[in-house]
Amino acid sequence: MRRFRTTGVAASALLLAVAVAACGSSSSGSSSGGGGGPSGLTAPTADLPVPTSIGTGEGQLNLIAWEGYTQPLWVKPFEQKTGCQVRAKYAGSSSEMVSLLADGGGGQYDMVSASGDADLRLIYAGDVRPINPDLVPQIKNFHSFLQAPAFNTIDGKHYGTSLQFGPNVLLYNTDDFSTAPTSWSTIYDKKYSGKISVPDNPIQIADAALYLSKTQPDLGITDPYELTQPQFDASVNLLKQQQPLVKKYWGLASQEVSLFKTGSATIGAAWPYQTSLLLDAKAPVADTIPKEGATGWADSWLMATKAPHTNCAYMWMDYITSPKAQALQATWYGETPANKLACPIMDKLVKGSCSVLHANAPQAYYDTIKFWKTPLAQCGNGQNNCVPYSKWTTAWTTITG
Amino acid sequence: MNNALWRRAWLRATLTLSPPLAWFLVVYLASLVVMLVTAFWTLNDFTNQLVQSWNLQNFRDLFSEPYPHIIGRTVGLAALVTVTDIVIALPFAYYMARVATPRTRNLLFAAVLLPLWASYLARVYAWIVILQKGGTLDWSFSKLGLGAPDIGYSNTALWIVFSYIWLPYMIIPVFGAMERIPNSLLEASADLGARGARTTWRVILPLVLPGIAAGSIFTFSLTLGDFITPVLVGGARSKFIGNVIYDNIGLAGNLPFAAALAVVPIVIMIVYLSGARLLGAFREL
Repeated sequence: MRRFRTTGVAASALLLAVAVAACGSSSSGSSSGGGGGPSGLTAPTADLPVPTSIGTGEGQLNLIAWEGYTQPLWVKPFEQKTGCQVRAKYAGSSSEMVSLLADGGGGQYDMVSASGDADLRLIYAGDVRPINPDLVPQIKNFHSFLQAPAFNTIDGKHYGTSLQFGPNVLLYNTDDFSTAPTSWSTIYDKKYSGKISVPDNPIQIADAALYLSKTQPDLGITDPYELTQPQFDASVNLLKQQQPLVKKYWGLASQEVSLFKTGSATIGAAWPYQTSLLLDAKAPVADTIPKEGATGWADSWLMATKAPHTNCAYMWMDYITSPKAQALQATWYGETPANKLACPIMDKLVKGSCSVLHANAPQAYYDTIKFWKTPLAQCGNGQNNCVPYSKWTTAWTTITG
Repeated sequence: MNNALWRRAWLRATLTLSPPLAWFLVVYLASLVVMLVTAFWTLNDFTNQLVQSWNLQNFRDLFSEPYPHIIGRTVGLAALVTVTDIVIALPFAYYMARVATPRTRNLLFAAVLLPLWASYLARVYAWIVILQKGGTLDWSFSKLGLGAPDIGYSNTALWIVFSYIWLPYMIIPVFGAMERIPNSLLEASADLGARGARTTWRVILPLVLPGIAAGSIFTFSLTLGDFITPVLVGGARSKFIGNVIYDNIGLAGNLPFAAALAVVPIVIMIVYLSGARLLGAFREL
């Protein structure tokens, strides 16, 4: 893990990431995936034709990516192999990605490394188009729950390919917690007032919902991203009670690291990537997935509807899903690769990184993670009484404002 | 042709001014109008598309919590930063303009302007290092035997950082106003028996008021519109108007509400600029 680098978060105003910063897509966590879409919604691009073979490269590929997702380390070999020159535009938040991809990328952008909270928004807005999964053979080597996850595959149509993922873990200071906390209740506990830090992201409401789904089963929460009004209100209420206890809602990955390094915060929600940075800095921290499970993010490379360089885009999907490229990105960034075959290569790159990043964990581990997906008014169960994302944003402002 | 233009000054003025004016009208005002119109529309919860039905709901929402709070915090902090910068800038500019030797004055000028050469973000990050728990400030206080203030990530930190960042924009116009006060007025005031405090209050202050008003336009509007510093140094309750606007566009796609919220600083600035104009601020710009 020593090799994981900070991604120069401090440098750019674009990185004003809001907690969404480095994250990903979502699935219902079920291994079946790719079920029917929510009732009453159709993806406008669902019937667009997909190619049956990859043609000659166009010599260029324009990507919208999270910072750090197009490192020369793995982009250079791709460029040399295919002749496709990669031009990447870094986005600081899921919101920015959605904005950049308006009008199907406007004929300018080819692909986006979107996260789970944005995927369904992009699909149902018609900004991304189906791809032919047969042209990305490595998909069959993915963890089963990422082969056709509900966040990027609808009615059997793939709108891109899964990339990397990670859980949102409970990070704690080992000086203050001699034994590992086993429940998310710690971040709602008055005992830790002024020591709690959680991401500044509306999707955080799902974390509260996940906790309530276990502690208040009579609310009937089955999916933390599909909440009816009463379930939503209960989650928001919990977060309102948490608000006075919070030291800082972190917007940048580096903020959570600095909060824990200085001891300003001693418990909070974080990414494994931050844990590894803190351990590198010899900070007394550890992380855990509590008994209620955790939310998580998973990123996908999605194809823009008006992508001008589709052949290069297919070559990119083929390349970036290969075990070598997956391992390079996973160890560089500190996230878990979708491709199971990446594990031995990761260990060769950074000893022990495969198990530290849970790339070879048993299925039971992955089952505890509820992956981000865009909250829509249409619940997955055919009902139309769920609270849509715009209301999540409003509620989040009410909580943190 | 030349002759015709020379004789008809209005024609010359029209020809010269129309390209920039057209640019201003089309690109700036038109997009502003489009944005304002959006504020009267709504968002369909099911399709997340804009619905072009005229209503005032977005503006009504502005009056429900937490928005009055957020607007109050933004305006309050902008005012506090402005007052802080005035208090710091007045003696500083006075010294620069009326006491310092030309050589010292140049040095001070450089000291005021140099930070503007460095990136805004670099300066904010420097303050994070100073203010955070166990940072330079905490360390200095504990060395002095005082308790560590621990004000990192709070509205106090926001106030300090904003006051620092925008200070040069206050000092420069105030310095300009100070420099233009004729010595004869100060001498006359002294001859008539006024002491320092009275001269300051009755002569200097009224004469630099336009400079203060000009500087305050910068410090006030720049704080009002900022949304980066609140993210970087703010605490658990530090959202600004700009942050809420940012949260509502993009993924949430709630452009109508973002547009309605964007009207708030526009209205505030119109009121503020009208006030500043009365104080003669535009003569100092």
